[in-house]
Amino acid sequence: MSANGWFQIGLFVAAVFLLTKPLGVFMVRVFEREKTFLDFILRPIERLIYRLAGVDEKREMRWTEYGVAMLVFSGVSMLLLYLMERVQLWLPLNPQKFTNLESYLAWNTAASFTTNTNWQAYTPETTMSYLTQMAGLAYHNFTSAAVGIALAIALIRGISRRESKTIGNFWVDMTRCLLWVLLPACLLIAMIFVSQGVVQNLKPYATAQLVEPQTITGTGADGKPTSKVVTQQIIATGPVASQEAIKMFGTNGGGFFNANSAHPFENPTPFSNFLQMILIFAIPAGLTFTLGRMTHSPRHGWAVWAAMLSLFLVGVSTAYWAEARGNPLLAGVDQQASATQSGGNMEGKEVRFGITNSALFATVTTDASCGAINGWHDSFTPLGGLVPLTNILLGEVVFGGVGSGLYGMLVFVILAVFLAGLMVGRTPEYLGKKIEAYDVKMAALAILIFPLTVLLFSAVSSVSAFGTSSISNPGPHGLSQIFYAFTSATGNNGSAFAGINANTQWFNASTGISTLLGRFFAVIPILAIAGNLARKKTVPQSAGTFPVTTPLFSMLLVSTVLIIGALTFFPVLSLGPILEHLLMLAGRSF
Amino acid sequence: MKETFRIAVLMTIITTVIFGLIYPFAVTGLAQLLFPSKANGSLIYSHASNGQATVVGSRLLGQTFTGPGYFHSRPSMAGDGYDAANSGGSNLAPTNHALLDRVKGDVEKLRAENPGAAIPVDLVTTSASGLDPDISPDAAEFQIPRVAKERGMSVTDLRALVARRTLGRQFGILGEPRVNVLELNMELDATSPVKKWQKSVVKK
Repeated sequence: MSANGWFQIGLFVAAVFLLTKPLGVFMVRVFEREKTFLDFILRPIERLIYRLAGVDEKREMRWTEYGVAMLVFSGVSMLLLYLMERVQLWLPLNPQKFTNLESYLAWNTAASFTTNTNWQAYTPETTMSYLTQMAGLAYHNFTSAAVGIALAIALIRGISRRESKTIGNFWVDMTRCLLWVLLPACLLIAMIFVSQGVVQNLKPYATAQLVEPQTITGTGADGKPTSKVVTQQIIATGPVASQEAIKMFGTNGGGFFNANSAHPFENPTPFSNFLQMILIFAIPAGLTFTLGRMTHSPRHGWAVWAAMLSLFLVGVSTAYWAEARGNPLLAGVDQQASATQSGGNMEGKEVRFGITNSALFATVTTDASCGAINGWHDSFTPLGGLVPLTNILLGEVVFGGVGSGLYGMLVFVILAVFLAGLMVGRTPEYLGKKIEAYDVKMAALAILIFPLTVLLFSAVSSVSAFGTSSISNPGPHGLSQIFYAFTSATGNNGSAFAGINANTQWFNASTGISTLLGRFFAVIPILAIAGNLARKKTVPQSAGTFPVTTPLFSMLLVSTVLIIGALTFFPVLSLGPILEHLLMLAGRSF
Repeated sequence: MKETFRIAVLMTIITTVIFGLIYPFAVTGLAQLLFPSKANGSLIYSHASNGQATVVGSRLLGQTFTGPGYFHSRPSMAGDGYDAANSGGSNLAPTNHALLDRVKGDVEKLRAENPGAAIPVDLVTTSASGLDPDISPDAAEFQIPRVAKERGMSVTDLRALVARRTLGRQFGILGEPRVNVLELNMELDATSPVKKWQKSVVKK
C-alpha cells in the first residue's frame, strides 16, 4: 500500500461525490418531465418514437400494468437477441465469419444481457459478429440499464405520491432515460475513450508481422513434442468505444473482448480506467440524490449515500490491503511496492493499473452490478477475492447497479425502518407512509429470491459431476468458483472467478435461469411495494417517528444489510475463501 | 395485453435502430474523423525501401520476446502468448500448484541470468489481458545487464534509454509507472542492432 494508492482512491471518492448532485438533479428533471437544455433536439425524437410505437405519453400506469409492460418488452427484446445470435453468420457486419451460436450459449447470453448481467460464457473476439455486439449486446446494455432506472424511478414515485393509483408510464420513463440520460453522455464518453486509444472501427482483424518471430514448442495430442513458428499477430478490433461507454455507464460490464477492461483496446490508460470506475458509480450515486429530491427529503438521500459510502470504504480497504500484501506462497519474488513497481499480487493484473486500481476496480464493479473487470478476480488472494464476492452477496446495494442498486437498497431501508419500529413498539413509518405487513412481506420476498437461487444452484453444482467438472482451481477455491458463478448470475453482476468452464449445457442453462430469477422475480414485489405505497395517505411526523435522515439511520441501514448478508452466506464463505486464506497462510497449496 | 405486446415489438425495433445501429455508426464516423490512428488500433507501421508499409504491431499490445538482446514482456496466457485475437489470463488461484510451479521455474531461469538482483513480481506473473504492453521500471532494470551485453552497449547508456522510455503516472497521479516493451525494443533495433550472427542464433 502506498500514499499515492490511497490518494487515487480518495480522488475517486471525491469525483463520485461531486457528480452525485448534478446528475441527481438532472434525472429529476428528466423523469418529472421538466425542461432541460437538451429538449430542443431530443424532444422531437421522443415525440416521433411515441408516434411510431403508438405510445400515449399522457397515460399513467398502475404498478401491475407498469410491470407487465416491462416484462413484455424485456421478453420481446430478449427473443430478438436470441434470434440474432442464432443466425449471425447470414447477417451483415461479420468480417471474421463467426458461426451461429448453439442454443444453450445463445439462451444464456440473451438472458444475461437482457437482465443487465452480462455474464459471458464465450470469448467475444472469437464468437460474436460486429452486428451481434452492436445491435444485440450493446443495444441491451442501453435498454436493460434504462429498464432498471425506470423501475427505481417508479419506486421513488410510489414513496413520494399520496393516494395515487398510478406510478408513471413505463414506455415514457424508459424512452426518456435512453434519450436524455444515456445517449448524450455515451456519445461524449465514447469519444473520450477513443482519444485514449480505445478502438472504434468496422474493419476485419488486422495482421502484424512480429518484430521477433517465435518458435512455440509444446506437446501434441500423441505425446510427441511439437514445434511451430509464429510470425504474425492477428489483432482483433471492432466497434469497441461505443459499447465501452454504455457498458460502464449502464453498469452492464459485458466486454467486447474476453479480457474485458483489462484489454488495452478496451481500457488503454490509467485515465480511461479512472473514468470507467467513475462511470459505474455515476448514475447509482446520482439516483440517491434523485430519491431525496423527489421525496422532498434531500437529507434522506444523503443518508442513504453515506451508508453506501461506508460499505464501499470497508470493501476497498480490505481488497487493497489483501492484494498489496501479495501471495506468500511465491518464493524468491519481490512483491514489495516501491516507486518503480506496484508489487503485490500481480498474477492476472495489468502493469498500468497495478494493485491500487485493480483492487479499486474490483470493489467498484461488484458494489455495483457492473461486472466488468480489469484484473481476474479468480487470481486475487483469498481475502482480496472475498471482497467482490461479498459485495454481490450483500445485494449490490453499495451504490449498486443503475436503478437496481437504489431499489435494492430501498428494500433494505424498509426492513431497517421496520426493525426500528419493532424496537420501539410502533407502526413503522417511512417518509410519512405507514409501513404495514404487506410492504414488509413484499420486501422479504424481494430479498429471499436471491439467496434461494444462489444457494440451491450452488449446492446442486457442488455435489454433481456436471458441476464439479467445470472447476479449474482445486481445493476450497473450487467451491468459491461455483458459488461465485451463481452469485454473480443471480445478482446480475456478470463478473466471475473465470477459470471455471461456464460454457457447458448445465452452467449455460442454470446461470441463464438464475439471471432471470434474480432480476424479474425480485422486481415484481418491489413494484408491488411501489403501487401499495403510492395508494397510502401520508401521516404527520411525530416524536415517535424514526428519522431517516440521521447518521443513526445510516448505521442501522448498514447493519441491516450486513446482518442479512452475513446470516445467509457466512457458512459458504467460511468453506470457500476464508478456509483458503487460512490454508494459504499455513503454506498449503492444491 | 395485445396493445402492450404491439408497443413492445415496435419499441424493440425502434430502439434497436437508434441504439444498436445509428449510435455505433455515428461514434465510428466521429472516431475515424477525429482520431483515425487510435480508432484503428494505434498500429505501428514499418516502411520498406519501396514505400510499402507493413504493420508490425500496436502501441497498445505487447508481443512475445525471447531473444537475449530484447527486453522480455510478461508471461502471457493469450493463446500461444500475446495472441491479440484471443485475450485472457491464467485465472490460476494463488493456492494453485500450477501457478506456484510456473513461477518457480521462471524464478530459477531469471536468477541464473541476473544473480543477486531482486525479481520484480510482474516479470513472473501473467497479465490479465495476456496482451500487457508494459513492464514495471524494476522489471526493465532487471533485464538491463543482459540486453546491454547482447547489444554491446554500456549499462549506463541503456539505463538512460530505458529512463527516457519510462512513462510516469498519468497526470502525475493515476496508474503506475511503466515501460512499453515493444516500443523500447523497436528503438533498440533502430539505434543499436544486435550483430547479425547473434541474431540468427537467437532466432533458432
